[in-house]
Amino acid sequence: MELADQAVIDRARSGDSDAFRVLVERHSRALFRLSFRMTGNESDAEDVVQETFLRAYRQLGKFDGRANFGTWLYRIAANCALDLVRARSRRGEKVWEPGAAAGGIREGASDPLLTSAAKDPGPERLAISSQVRERVAEAMDELSPAERTAFVLRHFEGMCIEDVSRALGCQTGAAKHSVFRAVQKLRRALEPLVNTK
Amino acid sequence: MTHLTEEELILHYYSEADGGPVERHLDACPECRAAYGSLERVLNVMDALPVPERGEGYETAVWRRLRGAGLRPALWRRPLVRWPAAALVLASALVGVVLIHRPAPPPLQSAGVQKRILDFAVGDYLDRSQIVLAELANASPAGTLDISVDQELAGDLLAECRLYHQTALRTGDNAVAGVLDELERVLVEISHAPSRLAPAQVEELQQRLRSQGVLFRIRNLGSTVRTQAEHKS
Repeated sequence: MELADQAVIDRARSGDSDAFRVLVERHSRALFRLSFRMTGNESDAEDVVQETFLRAYRQLGKFDGRANFGTWLYRIAANCALDLVRARSRRGEKVWEPGAAAGGIREGASDPLLTSAAKDPGPERLAISSQVRERVAEAMDELSPAERTAFVLRHFEGMCIEDVSRALGCQTGAAKHSVFRAVQKLRRALEPLVNTK
Repeated sequence: MTHLTEEELILHYYSEADGGPVERHLDACPECRAAYGSLERVLNVMDALPVPERGEGYETAVWRRLRGAGLRPALWRRPLVRWPAAALVLASALVGVVLIHRPAPPPLQSAGVQKRILDFAVGDYLDRSQIVLAELANASPAGTLDISVDQELAGDLLAECRLYHQTALRTGDNAVAGVLDELERVLVEISHAPSRLAPAQVEELQQRLRSQGVLFRIRNLGSTVRTQAEHKS
């Protein structure tokens, strides 16, 4: 039977590196998804995953078990990704590259643009996918690091606002406003594209 | 009719609000229904954004990278992170050097601050040392063990250990000095061991780590200095 995270954490705390390996194996895919959505870049996402586990290993003693271990890890990952994104912003670099989401919009995904378009993936449909991808990347790039984090945690990871605030270490109101601002910016950027189809 | 605000629509989309009144309003108000439909379309487009798939064995690859990184932070390699971090290490070293070479420490107002910086630095240092020793103490002695990465880390830790040890002696912090003295001996032993250990050698090393209780003392001291530093801040 699979041991609960807490039991594995207790073993890892006592220096059992095999136990820590179990935690890495359990959470690395989810952390990659979060990191990719935060950074928009595979290589950066991999660095964030690595850095998250390294920080988690060092801080295991501080994990008090009140929060879910996954939420605690997400908080570390969000902070690592924020550091990275802020550093990029300071250098004036784009965070989300248009080509970041390799492969573009998934074929057959529940994309309202595509479901209203022709079924066959003709040139027009592929062009739309590419256009959407670029606009989404640009729109994500317009978000501040805090907005991006709050949005990713709320929208993609399905965290409630309260958990988002815990993960970000801020008040619930602040987390809520970050999500609002993010959605407003995304609407402004993407609505013209969505509503013309 | 008062229309729903954008915030209310967003909270409704994420099921963060009482859905009943909003649902009823949406049923009755074409304008708000249109606005909500538009919001849904935008957010659904976001859902369709793919994340690159990781292949089979990804988890194992992550674990290998963590081991291969010798528990060094990947972000350390980034210039914008490396320079501030290097500056912090240099600042800690300078505090150490100042404390070591001061002929007769006068009663300065900043002595408490210096002690706090030192406590933070020693706490962080002990955390890093603990990781290396715990890795070795818990390694499986089933086959030949390559400890070259641990040796490289132990070599780095040794230089720092000597600096903090001298500083602790100078400031009369005997508890810290005692543990660092023990740790120094262990680190020297690891640094000078063969890089590939046979199972019997692994067991011997682990036995020594256990009998000396150095890991336990490092953990205790680390917790103590961190608490001290936090209380003083």
